[in-house]
Amino acid sequence: MARYDAERVGVAPWLLSGPALLVFIALLLAPLLLTAVLSLNLFSDTDGVVPSYSLGNYLEVFRDDYFHEIFLRTGGMALAVTVLCVLLGIPETIIIARMAPRWRSLFLLVVLGPLLISVVVRTLGWAILLGNNGLINDALQALGITEQPVKMLFTQVGVVIALTHVLVPFMVIAVWATLQRLDLQVEWAGLSLGASRLTVFRRIILPQIMPGVLSGSIIVFALAASAFATPAIIGGRRLKVVATAAYDEFLGTLNWPLGAAIAMLLLLANLIIILGCSKLAERRFKQVFE
Amino acid sequence: MAFLTLEGIVKTYGKFRAIDGLNLEVRHGEFIALLGPSGCGKTTTLQSIAGFVQPTEGRIVLDGRDITHVRPEQRGLGIVFQSYALFPHMTVAQNISFGLEMRGVPRAERGKRVDEALDLVRLAGLGERYPKALSGGQRQRVAIARALAIRPNLLLLDEPMSNLDAKLREEMHIELRAIQRELGITTILVTHDQVEAMTMSDRIAVMQKGRIVQIDTPFEAYERPHSPFASAFLGKTNAFAGAVQLRNDRCCHVQVHDTLMHVPHEDRALGNDVNVYIRPEKIRLVALGSGRFSGRVRLRVFLGNLWLMAVESRLGLVHMTLPNLGTPPPEEGSEVGLDWSDDDLRLLDREVAHGQV
Repeated sequence: MARYDAERVGVAPWLLSGPALLVFIALLLAPLLLTAVLSLNLFSDTDGVVPSYSLGNYLEVFRDDYFHEIFLRTGGMALAVTVLCVLLGIPETIIIARMAPRWRSLFLLVVLGPLLISVVVRTLGWAILLGNNGLINDALQALGITEQPVKMLFTQVGVVIALTHVLVPFMVIAVWATLQRLDLQVEWAGLSLGASRLTVFRRIILPQIMPGVLSGSIIVFALAASAFATPAIIGGRRLKVVATAAYDEFLGTLNWPLGAAIAMLLLLANLIIILGCSKLAERRFKQVFE
Repeated sequence: MAFLTLEGIVKTYGKFRAIDGLNLEVRHGEFIALLGPSGCGKTTTLQSIAGFVQPTEGRIVLDGRDITHVRPEQRGLGIVFQSYALFPHMTVAQNISFGLEMRGVPRAERGKRVDEALDLVRLAGLGERYPKALSGGQRQRVAIARALAIRPNLLLLDEPMSNLDAKLREEMHIELRAIQRELGITTILVTHDQVEAMTMSDRIAVMQKGRIVQIDTPFEAYERPHSPFASAFLGKTNAFAGAVQLRNDRCCHVQVHDTLMHVPHEDRALGNDVNVYIRPEKIRLVALGSGRFSGRVRLRVFLGNLWLMAVESRLGLVHMTLPNLGTPPPEEGSEVGLDWSDDDLRLLDREVAHGQV
């Protein structure tokens, strides 16, 4: 394989990546660091933020059942959304990948379309659909399937549905990329050896698109766990998730250090879960990832 | 009775007829090569036999059973694909074992048959490797072992050697042929490489535009091509355009420029436009003045075992090959005499020549 001679390349790579690095440092790393420092400060109702350092905020989150519930709920919802995205996204991608080219681009646009609309607008749309007097409940009652409206707005189910819709495109894009590399002859080889179509999918196609499924899952899980707008609008004020809880600490009770601690814990939890899962998966599907 | 019969197979894609009324009978244990240029329908034919492509018309009968509408996974054929199509996430042994598992072969028996298959393709001991860790030639062998492990009654080879380098390809030709003879398995090879078709097969089916234009043993197909297309596709040839000038019950006399060529055992109407063919290796170099005509050497290329020569003569540029017997032939620019035996001349009508590719 051709390689660049490190000595001849000089400073060009640094110059080229410089602008992006600066933006990255100024707009992501610096605020993150400030938030980390803030999370160690204390808060008093009379003096506001006290510039002393302790792990008090973290201990508070660890001790309080209220926060346990919020973290568990967030994790559970993110997991549910990820599972749904995998279940919906994989067949969706495979079907689209096998359409005639004309239809393929049309349907890809339909799938990716939601990404073009503001998350707030889209979520408000879901709120209209899911409400007690919304389209879905009206339809269910008109068809005589239920007598009473089914409560979906301000429930976890509603949040999971809306988040899944928002995040499925990321799964489709990730799986699409690995599916493109799949050799149709490999599938034929499976059939010719006597495997049913289902077995071919399970034993031959699925393991080979695992890298895409995994990276899609990581994106979906991270975005679902830290989602703000959708849980805030569909979930309402009472069904809190970590992101809305941090928001409330910052802007409701004005306890910035506690809000910062919650935000840092969310980041940490996300990192641990994502890195742990990808390590496990990489070991399991070693041959495909190399 | 034929073991595999293709009857009037037609496959159309819109207006394009990929296979256009193809008939083929393959005997048990026979090795058939479908030979033709790309787009001649040979791969579509193979895929129809495998069941990946549903023919628009026609019938496929294998061992007395009509399999035209049988699903590919129920046909039980061994297939070696052009890209090998190994399962990258499985070891060599798992790849070979996959088909056995699908057939419900017990685990202990599977291990034994995987080892047998690996022995057969001389890859014993590499069962735990992953395909990525193998060379192209080794992957090819795994693909063959995987196809043969299920003990299919028909083996399909889809341009299996096209990804190998020339030397390895020659070795694999001989080896695959030996394996095929040893197992006595009926085999169909798809290829555009005439050397490959000749080395391995019992009969060659030359395909053109979705049809088989000639099916013969390699020797017959090479020596007596039925069409200019088959003649040009199976090796190199010299073609001389002329018209039939004289005829009697033993031969045709064809006027080519100012030369009369005698083609024995042929009969054509007087004045017919024809091509006279002669293979490069059938032309002999003789002393100047003797032989049928003379010419000037335009090109002399050394190929190791052969000399390739082009001689400018009154018949036009004549290509010939000479075995390397230790003495170089006359240099470029020298005058030489050329000769052939009339029995080596072939005659084909010119109308058909329009189909030449």
